[in-house]
Amino acid sequence: MTEEKNMQDDLFFPPVRTTSATSGSEYLSEATSMKNLGGRFLALWSTDHPGRFVCAAFSDAEGLRILRAPVAETSRTFPSITHLFPLASRPERTVRDFTGWTPEGLADTRPWLDHGFWKNAPAGERDYPFVRVEGEGVHEIPVGPVHAGIIEPGHFRFQVVGEKVLRMEERLGYTHKGIRALLRNRPVEDVARLSGRVSGDSAVAYQWALAQAMERATRTFPPERALYLRAVLLERERIANHLGDLGALGNDAGFGFGLVQFGRLKEDLLRNNDRVFAHRYLMDMVVPGGLRENPGKEDISILLEDVRRLQRDVQLLKIIYDEHGGLQDRFSGTGVLDPMLAGDWGLGGVVGRASGQMLDLRHDHPAWPYNRERIPVALSRRGDVGARVQVRFQEIRHSLAFLHTVLTLLPEGPVRTPLRECGSLAEGTGRIEGFRGEVLVWVCLEKGNIVADAYFHDPSWHLWPALERVVPGNLVADFPLINKSFNPSYSGHDL
Amino acid sequence: MYRIILKILKTGLLTEPLSVTSPESPAPFLPVAKSLSIRHVDAGSCNACELELHALSGSYYAPERQGIRFVSSPRHADLLLVTGPVTCHMEQALKDTHDAMAFPKAVLAVGDCACNGGVFRGSPAVRNGVDAIFPGTAKIPGCPPSPNILLSALRGLSRPVSGDLPASS
Repeated sequence: MTEEKNMQDDLFFPPVRTTSATSGSEYLSEATSMKNLGGRFLALWSTDHPGRFVCAAFSDAEGLRILRAPVAETSRTFPSITHLFPLASRPERTVRDFTGWTPEGLADTRPWLDHGFWKNAPAGERDYPFVRVEGEGVHEIPVGPVHAGIIEPGHFRFQVVGEKVLRMEERLGYTHKGIRALLRNRPVEDVARLSGRVSGDSAVAYQWALAQAMERATRTFPPERALYLRAVLLERERIANHLGDLGALGNDAGFGFGLVQFGRLKEDLLRNNDRVFAHRYLMDMVVPGGLRENPGKEDISILLEDVRRLQRDVQLLKIIYDEHGGLQDRFSGTGVLDPMLAGDWGLGGVVGRASGQMLDLRHDHPAWPYNRERIPVALSRRGDVGARVQVRFQEIRHSLAFLHTVLTLLPEGPVRTPLRECGSLAEGTGRIEGFRGEVLVWVCLEKGNIVADAYFHDPSWHLWPALERVVPGNLVADFPLINKSFNPSYSGHDL
Repeated sequence: MYRIILKILKTGLLTEPLSVTSPESPAPFLPVAKSLSIRHVDAGSCNACELELHALSGSYYAPERQGIRFVSSPRHADLLLVTGPVTCHMEQALKDTHDAMAFPKAVLAVGDCACNGGVFRGSPAVRNGVDAIFPGTAKIPGCPPSPNILLSALRGLSRPVSGDLPASS
């Protein structure tokens, strides 16, 4: 077993430890001690670089921990850790889909992202065995993959009695684009562009996480101004998405006024993004080594003006939401995520924080400049739709205050340094708190800065299973509201 | 309640006057006039095109004043608007949606991915755009195309009628 840790990097990048287990049983015992010490499961993926490995990522008080297990040469197996960390189930099934390696001990033998089209399976085998509920008056409602609105595709299977949901099961993978196959042996620029399109609403979070991973791998230190501006972009992305979600949540509860007002605030923000950064969703602004462009003084004053306007407008809308009896009636007690479950699974992001989980990368393991300009954690304990609305309001408020400080104290200077060449195979990880939760990127670079392999982890891998646990007991008609309050990404999950 | 009314009064009318139809948008090809009912299908997009479609439906652009509206059922639609590179997993659902539409019907590809596969072009899991399923599809490129581009393109799709709505409505 080998452990690698570099102290100097810790000053600059969020801390990470990599452990390579020499056997499956060592991997399992390491995972068990991780569980016993209160570690949270983040992600699991397979790779051929530098050898056949399954990598599991955890988070604990010290930071990120990558645990690598070799895949048995003859049997092509690796031990399943789903009995320790339930969230590992779908990632392990995905590894089996793509590589054929068997997670030993995993009870669920169904495929996950594989829909049976790649291996030319006969149509009969393409039927996915949903778990059914039997009994008098129980009926099944299939929904999707094409939904009624302008939404991403995915399938939901409801088992219902009367108006009440007994069970909801998801079938995802419809937006699977083969991103991992596409990025292998491509130059860093191509992969950086691709990373902004893993989940379009989180372009900054992904591109920053990828940049961080590549900068760590090549030991490149971007200028301070670039890091400050990346934080500005990330918070603007967060605010835009939260504004959109708050409007949509009001609308789903029958309050069209909310959609109009928040939609307007979001559109104003997007237009100024376009004006200052030449892209409404800030895509391709963050590049490995820094930023694509350096905004001038006039641009900064536009951004500051946005902060002032939003502080005023959002506060008024919050009062209107809080005072609206009908709205609060739909929000409160709907879609409750038990804080005990959230704690057990280690759920972060808006959803985790609305169920009492004090987890926020910007606070726990702050990257520059979050270690300089601190940001408080927005928290609620109720765990219902209303709590997730409140956390979003709080986060907008915190982000605006943070933006004000950062934009005022913005250091001068260049915003880009060239990415250094890595001599041989080099690995790096990047970890950024996007608007949904933690985005994790692992990258393996070859000589000449060619990407040998990379993995993108979306927080939706945690949100989708949590949603399945939250919906039962609620009315079918409340599902869109609960789903919107989680707002998981289909594209980020399906890769 | 008074706060809501006050806010509505203070906000006023947000809808902007219509701009001139972009010369780059596809030529009129729909045998319908005055109104356009659209069924959107996400065939594997990264969700940025959806964000722009949402923005388009907002108050600034108000496409409904031009009779442009998004419908839930393909049975009600004149136009199938497709985003995303068409993943293998969405191919069947896309064809089924098209089959469910009544004649006359047309298909429109929105965004670089739907036009030619975009950044996902060449992946074995995608069909590199809508053309692979419906050859000769009209296209609106962009990554993602802005609501202004979308609105002016959509306005130009249906047959022009004399006595069209005044531009300042």
